Amino acid sequence: MLKEKKKKQQSLHKRDSEFAMANKQLEKLSNGIFANGELPTFSEKIEETNQFPLRPNKLEILQINVGYMCNQVCEHCHVDAGPDRKEIMTRETMLQCLEIIKNTGAHTLDLTGGAPEMNPDFRWFVEEASKAGIQDFIVRSNLTIIRANKKYYDLPQFFKKHNVHVVSSMPHWTRGKTDKQRGEGVFDQSIKALQELNAVGYGMPNSNLRLDLVYNPSGAFLPGDQASMEKDFKKALLEDFGIHFHSLFAITNLPISRFLDYLIVSENYEDYMYSLVEAYNPAAVKNVMCRNTISISWDGYLYDCDFNQMLELKVASKIQHVSEYNEEILNNRKIIISQHCYGCTAGAGSSCQGAVSTS
Amino acid sequence: MAANNYYDPSDLKKFGKISEWSKELGDKFFEYYGKVFEEGALSAREKSLIALAVAHTEMCPYCIDAYSQDGLQRGITKEEMMEAVHVGAAIKSGATLVHGVMMMNKVNKLEM
Repeated sequence: MLKEKKKKQQSLHKRDSEFAMANKQLEKLSNGIFANGELPTFSEKIEETNQFPLRPNKLEILQINVGYMCNQVCEHCHVDAGPDRKEIMTRETMLQCLEIIKNTGAHTLDLTGGAPEMNPDFRWFVEEASKAGIQDFIVRSNLTIIRANKKYYDLPQFFKKHNVHVVSSMPHWTRGKTDKQRGEGVFDQSIKALQELNAVGYGMPNSNLRLDLVYNPSGAFLPGDQASMEKDFKKALLEDFGIHFHSLFAITNLPISRFLDYLIVSENYEDYMYSLVEAYNPAAVKNVMCRNTISISWDGYLYDCDFNQMLELKVASKIQHVSEYNEEILNNRKIIISQHCYGCTAGAGSSCQGAVSTS
Repeated sequence: MAANNYYDPSDLKKFGKISEWSKELGDKFFEYYGKVFEEGALSAREKSLIALAVAHTEMCPYCIDAYSQDGLQRGITKEEMMEAVHVGAAIKSGATLVHGVMMMNKVNKLEM
């Protein structure tokens, strides 16, 4: 039991798990029910509505992953992030990213990780990037990092100073569900962090300091209706803890990395894939995030999305690295897809900005 | 088709196929079913909990499967789900027990 618990506190990479390897994940997603014709592959599915090959629309979001190191080891994490991950973006790559940020047509800059704050050059990078005058500057903060160590205590003030839009994960408004997914004690620390963000003005009604929450289901099921979930979250967090936030993004767990491992170990993989395929919504394909996003990894490579980054599927373009970045050429690419993409087209759709469709 | 069981979990996925042998009635049923569970005077969340309670009193394994999952998707907690099942159980046992009055009436009428 203890051994199991210890294992859960390590990334798949540290555990030398089979699914730490991208090719093993892709193999799993192409075999079985998708190879024997029981379920259509994602390309077959989008071909039904003439959306294959999937191509980008106008670039709107630059998402930069500044490293896979994290203070948490969440069970569903698609990054396989954790304290044992050492992949961290260097200042040299950040300088290349800054050049892109200054010249991009995208209106949103989205910093993610791991816990992006754990990158030693994080603050310098935020300061420099905020000078570029990008419209919406997001930092995806896991909340507990704000409470993890003294050196992070002033993060709410720092975010405020640079007018950063904070997007944070909160799987449920109850302690039990949150700690089960994200680790013991995470709920209490997250609540404290939210109260501290509120205290400097984040998430307050009519405040320009945006604080949004991300909801991921804590298990092998899809997220419910985003608007209803938001209502329930708002009511519970306000009544129980006096916490305010702006919007809730309901995000579907994609069957890759640690969540894929969980699905297989818990014998939920096939049923989950069935649920995703059954919930396929062609309207969500129109707005799927890979069509308006470029994802940049810690080592400067370019991907269609953060999920493809974790599956090591670089963009299908002659431009594959920040050192040779060219938005026009990149926008002519075909988006690389596999069966994990069903996660972004289920129901109302799912993206880093939550649901993508109202139909 | 399941060879040795009356119930097969994979049959739940085939529920929609009932329309194949009677399209009009099947379609009408699913349209009605969908409408019933929309937000109305009761929230879709409340309806999900009612469905879960009825699923248990009807002892329908397909419905229990479907509405346990539906509850999770809606963020309904385990405690709420179990309380809903108790409501169903209380009504079920109450319905049995209230017939005891009938028994008492009959006995009182017959006894001297």
